[in-house]
Amino acid sequence: MTVDLDYLALAPEIILAVTLMLVLTLEIFLPRPQKYWTAVAAVLGVTLAALPIIYLGLDDTAARSMAGGSYVVDDFALVMKGLFLAAGYIVLLMSVNYIESDRYYQGEYYFLLVASLLGSVVMASARDLIILFVGLELVSGPLFLLAGWRKGDAKSNEASLKFFLLGVLSAAILLYGMSFLYGLTGSITFDGIREASVGMTSEPAFVMAVLFIMVGFAFKISAVPFHFWAPDTYEGAPTPVTAYLSVSSKAAGFVGMLVITYLAFPDASNVWGPALWILAALTMTIGNLTALRQENIVRLLAYSSIAQAGFMLVPFAVAGVSDTASILSEAFAATVTYLVIYAFMNLGAFAVIIAASHRARSGSVSRWAGLGTYDPTLAILGSIFFLSLAGIPPFAGWYAKFVMFSAAIAALNVWTTILAAIAVLNAVIAFYYYARIVKSMWFDPVPADLEPREAGVARPLQLAMVIAVVYVIVAGFFPQISAFFGEATKLIAAG
Amino acid sequence: MEWFANGWGLSLIVFLPLVGALLVGMTSKAQEEAAKWTALLTTVVVAVLSVVAAIQFDYGSASEFQLDTNQTWISAIGANFHVGIDGISLPLLVLSAVVTVLAVVYSWDHWEEPRNPKAFLILMLILETGMNGTFVALDLVLFFIFFELVLLPMYFMIGIWGDKTPREVPLLKMTTETRLYASIKFFLFTLFGSAFMLLSFLGLYFNSGPVGSRTFDIPELISQAPALTALPIAGWIFAGMFLGFAVKVPMWPFHTWLPDAHTAAPTVGSVLLAAILLKLGSYGFIRIAIPILPEQARQWAPTIAILAVIGIIYGSLACLAQTDMKRLIAFSSVGHMGFVMLGIATLTEVGINAAIIGMVAHGIITGMLFFLAGSMSHRYHTRDMARLGGNLKLMPKIGGILGFTAMASLGLPGLAGFWGEFMSLLGAYRPLEGLPLGLFQGSMVAGAIGTVLTAGYMLWMLQQVNLGEPSEEWEGQEFHDADKYEMTAWVPLLVATLVIGVFPKIVFGATTDAVSELVAKAFGG
Repeated sequence: MTVDLDYLALAPEIILAVTLMLVLTLEIFLPRPQKYWTAVAAVLGVTLAALPIIYLGLDDTAARSMAGGSYVVDDFALVMKGLFLAAGYIVLLMSVNYIESDRYYQGEYYFLLVASLLGSVVMASARDLIILFVGLELVSGPLFLLAGWRKGDAKSNEASLKFFLLGVLSAAILLYGMSFLYGLTGSITFDGIREASVGMTSEPAFVMAVLFIMVGFAFKISAVPFHFWAPDTYEGAPTPVTAYLSVSSKAAGFVGMLVITYLAFPDASNVWGPALWILAALTMTIGNLTALRQENIVRLLAYSSIAQAGFMLVPFAVAGVSDTASILSEAFAATVTYLVIYAFMNLGAFAVIIAASHRARSGSVSRWAGLGTYDPTLAILGSIFFLSLAGIPPFAGWYAKFVMFSAAIAALNVWTTILAAIAVLNAVIAFYYYARIVKSMWFDPVPADLEPREAGVARPLQLAMVIAVVYVIVAGFFPQISAFFGEATKLIAAG
Repeated sequence: MEWFANGWGLSLIVFLPLVGALLVGMTSKAQEEAAKWTALLTTVVVAVLSVVAAIQFDYGSASEFQLDTNQTWISAIGANFHVGIDGISLPLLVLSAVVTVLAVVYSWDHWEEPRNPKAFLILMLILETGMNGTFVALDLVLFFIFFELVLLPMYFMIGIWGDKTPREVPLLKMTTETRLYASIKFFLFTLFGSAFMLLSFLGLYFNSGPVGSRTFDIPELISQAPALTALPIAGWIFAGMFLGFAVKVPMWPFHTWLPDAHTAAPTVGSVLLAAILLKLGSYGFIRIAIPILPEQARQWAPTIAILAVIGIIYGSLACLAQTDMKRLIAFSSVGHMGFVMLGIATLTEVGINAAIIGMVAHGIITGMLFFLAGSMSHRYHTRDMARLGGNLKLMPKIGGILGFTAMASLGLPGLAGFWGEFMSLLGAYRPLEGLPLGLFQGSMVAGAIGTVLTAGYMLWMLQQVNLGEPSEEWEGQEFHDADKYEMTAWVPLLVATLVIGVFPKIVFGATTDAVSELVAKAFGG
């Protein structure tokens, strides 16, 4: 079999691959004081990779398909690739000074980060089991190492090890499910599996395959009860890596989950629907209730991002338990829209965490008290991101919650109504712990024994915050910006 | 004035405060004066524009939405930027725009700790965008956004400038500062209600037509009312909206956030909360819940009436048990909003007109009372009525105004408070055809007892605070009577109290046609 390569469609992947080679080469040959060029190369490479995506997005031609439909660049793939690159770009900006201050292995850091980014970009196009799996592992592999970046720190080691062990376990489960699927249908492409699995949806082996695959992805998106690695890993990893984990790596998990369920076994909703319903309800509730008790801001955000994943699962679960066909594409668009908005607000929140923890000399919520009096700008930015995560208008997060509720109400039956009610209660609970951070920053007095560090947010970090806050505010007033990305992906699920 | 009628007028009324907030944000902290003047100028321009809107308004067709515009906003869900006013929203819009100016004037020289006028003014201006926006929004999503937008500024106002005395938190067995407790309670209650309200809005949307022609447009949904109200889930939809609006009003038993928030808020915060924010809920009933789901409104009317009456009686009795002057005024709001809701529950022209004039009057009068309570506690450093007394002798101007406003609040004929109370009782005597007559007439009697109790606690407060001899505590102390900022802020409210009392037509002129059209459309005849 010869494979025709569409070089334009593959341009982002090629650019990223070249970039990561370049970064590694530079790391070897540059003298220590000039290592920052590796960062420059990584940032430029990621920026450059976005250009072909924009070009392809403006181009009206139909989806570009390669290797017999195994690798497809359609609107969905473009939106997700764009999101991964944008998120990767922001994380790189957050990393520059953070990593520089640690003074070791800068080049390797950017190499690993870009490698993981390449994995997620590949995943967005993956339309068969093998490419999907390779992409997913390319996302995770470098992250096992990055989580343990601060190698002198016991917590960082713990973070890395837990993440690695559970990551490998989930990969094994996923692969086991995939092998069942291949054995049953004789096909690795999603289209092939869908066609071959007609009438198979209640066969025990098939059901097991679907459930295994769901569980595998549930680890990746840290859905309850497969979330135990997340808080420890988030806390121990360097903060920019945590930001990347909570946004890009999670989004990659969602992408995999979305394409495989909607393209490979849409008819098996009798299996994945109820499973996702339970996952969504548990993830929202447990994530939120645990977040209430957190004192460390990164752990708090870890649980909050678990809860957010629960919200993202809601439309998905609703589509599974409803009999309305059109709801599939609605739910698909809703999840994508939520992911886009979530990426910006969560990255912004982590950028603020880096800056504010530096000033307040601590990452504990109560030690942030009075931040508003000595650094109002940072406190305002923080409030915007946390309140946006809580879904309070006029910040972008409200529309994420809105589409989520909208998908839940669109297909009205008993199960969707109960899930919607659970989501409402969770939205209220979530507000409480986000508000606790805001309260600490604005309402509480500065701790008496705190001598805040001098102001001085590095330029790249400033830029990261500005990008995030501009999106969160502008898309709050004009949600069509976020909705546009969701709409663009509808076709894939309608097919 | 073509541009004004094309929607630019209302858009400016809504968004100028936001621009003003940005401008205030750009002033440096040292230039307090610049921040104050910017805020004042913005609010004055907005108030003038609202008056221009009232002049441009065609009272001959008050039931139609005027000065409106309808622009695509979120095409993915068919939500539009649709704004416009009719006779029902006009008085409330003017009230909101004018009261904000007075709030800025009052705060000119009255900054509560920790001061920071710049931040306070920014919050006040954002709040104004939310309030004005809610009254002109004709799209459910837009309405929801503005309805929620008021929460954040008020949360920060209470949390930062609020009452710092410690208090016990129920259930958790811990003590915290009143402001911290009140601010989060206020937010959580409202958020809870409005989340269910949002679900109901979505329920209406998904039943408003086939895919592609679904709409959040309020007038459009009203025109579909016969179909929507016949839906099997219409009862649930109404219940969700009821929860959202009833928490905001607040109706008994959802009122518990109110005394805390009101008492803890800084003076200007309490004024805006009482004068405008409470109206968003009752306005929602009139604008959205009743016209879109008239049949459910009819089914729920007895419940609403009973809750309203409980609110009236409970609010009045609670007032009699207060020692804190500000808390007493806060509880009086529960009672007064009970009359408003009783008026709405009758589903008649008289009742709903009563509700609207009651809303306006309560806004003016209770806003005024909170101003006074703030000014007095600023001078006495206490709100404990047992320690106050002889205020009339110590500060004749403030004492006199307090007397006048309390009279207005208890519903003295000839002053603004009278019409809302009187007409809502009148409405309850003859509610909409088909509603249980006995229940409503019983409500009327109970409400009438409520007016007596209202008079009771208001006079009791006056007696404690205003009359008698000043206690020894204040002997030899110099008290400044009302200053020029206070008088500038108060005189317009006092004049309005009198004018609306004598010529209620100022309000009814706008509302009557709109209300009768609404009732006719919803319930026929």
